[in-house]
Amino acid sequence: MSATSIGTSEFPKQGQEEVNYLNYDHTLRSWLTTGDHKRIAILYLISTTFIFFLGSLAAGMIRFELTSPAGVVLESETYNKVFSSHGVIMVFFFLVLALPATLGNFLLPLMIGARDLAFPRLNLGSWYLYMVGAALMLSGLIFGGIDTGWTFYTPYSSMYSNTQVSLVIIGIFFSGFSSITTGINFIVTTHKMRAPGMTWFRLPLFVWALYATSVIVILGTPVIAITLLLVVFERLFHLPIFSPELGGDPVLFQHLFWFYSHPAVYIMILPAFGIESELIANFARKRIFGYHFVAFSTIAIAGLGFLVWGHHMFVSSQSMYEGLVFSLISFLVAVPSAIKIFNWTATLYKGNIRLQSPMIYALGFIGLFTVGGLTGLFLGSVGTDVHLTATYFVVAHFHYVMVGGTMMAFLGGLHYWWPKMTGRMFNDGIAKWNAVLVFVGFNLTFFPQFIVGWLGMPRRYHYYYFAPEFQPYNIMSSLGASALALGFLLPAFYLTASLFNGPKAGSNPWGAHGLEWETSSPPPVTNFLETPIVTDEVYDFDPVSEYEQLRAAQDLLDEGGNPGGSY
Amino acid sequence: MPFNFPLAPPQASSLAPEYDAVFYALLALTIFFTGIVLAAVVFLTVRYRRGTKVDRSRPVYEDLRLELSWTIIPLILALVMFYAGAKVFVDIRTAPKDSEEIFVIGKQWMWHIEHPNGVRENNTLHVPIGKDVKLIMISQDVLHAFYVPAFRTQVHVVPGRYTDIWFKATKVGEYHLFCNMYCGTQHSEMCGSVIVMDQRKYAEWLANNGESVPHLTMAQAGARKFNSVGCANCHGGTDTLRAPSLVGIFGKKRVFSDGTSLIANDEYLRESIVNPYNHITAGYGQSMPVYTKDQLSEEDILNILAYIKTSGGTPDSPSASLISESAVPVETSKHNGDTPLATNAIRAQIPSSDATPTVRTGHPAVGAIAARGINP
Repeated sequence: MSATSIGTSEFPKQGQEEVNYLNYDHTLRSWLTTGDHKRIAILYLISTTFIFFLGSLAAGMIRFELTSPAGVVLESETYNKVFSSHGVIMVFFFLVLALPATLGNFLLPLMIGARDLAFPRLNLGSWYLYMVGAALMLSGLIFGGIDTGWTFYTPYSSMYSNTQVSLVIIGIFFSGFSSITTGINFIVTTHKMRAPGMTWFRLPLFVWALYATSVIVILGTPVIAITLLLVVFERLFHLPIFSPELGGDPVLFQHLFWFYSHPAVYIMILPAFGIESELIANFARKRIFGYHFVAFSTIAIAGLGFLVWGHHMFVSSQSMYEGLVFSLISFLVAVPSAIKIFNWTATLYKGNIRLQSPMIYALGFIGLFTVGGLTGLFLGSVGTDVHLTATYFVVAHFHYVMVGGTMMAFLGGLHYWWPKMTGRMFNDGIAKWNAVLVFVGFNLTFFPQFIVGWLGMPRRYHYYYFAPEFQPYNIMSSLGASALALGFLLPAFYLTASLFNGPKAGSNPWGAHGLEWETSSPPPVTNFLETPIVTDEVYDFDPVSEYEQLRAAQDLLDEGGNPGGSY
Repeated sequence: MPFNFPLAPPQASSLAPEYDAVFYALLALTIFFTGIVLAAVVFLTVRYRRGTKVDRSRPVYEDLRLELSWTIIPLILALVMFYAGAKVFVDIRTAPKDSEEIFVIGKQWMWHIEHPNGVRENNTLHVPIGKDVKLIMISQDVLHAFYVPAFRTQVHVVPGRYTDIWFKATKVGEYHLFCNMYCGTQHSEMCGSVIVMDQRKYAEWLANNGESVPHLTMAQAGARKFNSVGCANCHGGTDTLRAPSLVGIFGKKRVFSDGTSLIANDEYLRESIVNPYNHITAGYGQSMPVYTKDQLSEEDILNILAYIKTSGGTPDSPSASLISESAVPVETSKHNGDTPLATNAIRAQIPSSDATPTVRTGHPAVGAIAARGINP
């Protein structure tokens, strides 16, 4: 999209160190009291990355332990704490907020041509809420741990577990409010702070996705916050809510829990859809196919997502007819997801595709999310779910969506916007091979889990010596996890290295469209020196003329050339 | 260890083939659509990668017919698959009216199962092949889930309310039973097996209080051993030239060939079996064989002692059948019919007052002992 900025001549001259959001003040205090959405995004990026590696460590321990049918080193009690930690950390402290709070926080104002989010101090406050929540959660995990799984099913969590359930739940409570404040901030910002000419249907699809995500967050998160607090009240004061011994109903908890936690799946995946649309459009050099359908399918998923929670409870003793209704609506959600997949694929048609690292992640995403989405049909189908529910089939399915989908998109987006955030280019050759490594390692890790789940291996099992037929698949999965771990560690090194020795990126190293590429890299504190005025449609590429220019400039044909070359 | 790569769980219930049909249909759909998407992505990416000489003129950005077709076709497929899945679900959830009921209690960390005739078992469920069985379940503490992969069925076992599943087993064998709802520290050990038996064996099993061989008291087991190792050949109802009778011996004073004496307690009786020549009863020689541990375990000896003790019992007690071989249950169960009731015939063979007529005719001496006529 082209934008006319008034007074671009006031940009500092080449070679001169520009004042940007990173270098205007180097003190720690300036970081911890900042109201700048870009700095807050960096704070979130550092803290969520740390949390992600903690959660991955737990995943590694799980995979190591499962190589042998009778366990390797851990006691069952410890194993249970490890998988619970993995789930709590990854779901509540990474997946539900990593994409919105880092990439979303950084890009939403830039993409709509705003100076900042609507409430900068609320934004900073949300990061502090997150940090308090994470600290409470981690102290709970260190001083006793929890053994309930991330789902906190009652009455085990409320009456039986002798672990730090209350502390961890209070941590989640805080982190939930962090998500809510971010959501409110995003919604208000999208409504009120779009640049002149930035109509709703000129919004990049990532903004649509963040908007839909925020709506889910502010509607759903209060429910989980209250529900988990009720668990704490039952633990501490024997408030009779969920425990049948006290007169409560354990299944009520599941309804309340999944009323949030199913939409939470869309909180995790919708921003990934948004990133995917950005990557596909920008690396195919073509406007996204069916923009309106992709945008409205996002809204449809957000709406329908609230009506399918019962598909987590087909065998939980809810009525048969309830199961049938929830199954029907779950099948309906499959349709907007399918629309997205087909539109992304169609975007490639007559494009001018550049296979740089973000695009490799984006193409990997299409493959993995397709498998993740289609295997969801087995679980949304009420009959087939009976055998598969709570087995490794479910584990594989949601990792295809959460890791194969969300993490692939996150890594793709991080690579794509890294030059914008840091002003430095990383080594794209290594990054491309890393994307392939993540794709292969991921499939090796999680594909065998589909089979072992179909054979009937329950999730959350420490031992399976009574079923040795599960072992070969578990060994394959653990081998794959090693490759996947490498694929997650490498970017931490080469991206960090680029900060010190990466070439300067320039304002638009990918030749991409979008307001965020029209300001310098890293952007100035106020994002834009002048308010941009939007006059053109979103993703306004012209693959035909681009191709002709390219043929004319033969020397640019070399793929290994500087990706920063724009033409 | 040679690795197998099984690709499907065993099919052992009437629901399994029906379930698998829907599963494989979904699998075909998944492979088909994944194949289409991957083929399209690879083809388009290769064809339209940067710099290739292909026609890029008049690019398409929106096509209503295309959008509608990939909205409506998946929608129709989704509705069809919903219907197929729903149909299986209704069958899984609807137990036939005349199902046999078995009751299951889940508790940390075991399955306790009660059959209506009172047979109880833990972590193992025996069921007959070809019969509709309905399990009525409840949890004593936290949530559990009763999951038998080979039957393709599963339901949560909930505290405070009954849940149920049903199945009709179709293949004899032993199948995994898993708790599939995380329930605490030893969750992964809350598993066991479902054993599908043919109907006659199942009926016998039920009738024998859940044992594949008839259940024996210690004295009954001792009686069987007493006969099988040959004690009964010499130690009869009365003293003979070869050996004294053991009827009513327990607690009596025994006088030995060296003039000493002892009260016949457990210790003495055991010693007389293990080292028979330490104390030789006055009037007898060294004729008794020595039994090694392989021939008689400590458990056997305890059982034999229990048997000997009962031989001083009241005339109408089961022990009145002392030394009667026919009164001792035999290993090979005899039954005379095909109905489950046939197993009652086996029960009848367990020593009881029913057996005394045989005793009286076969061993008159024993009948006399039973009437407390003689003291050795």
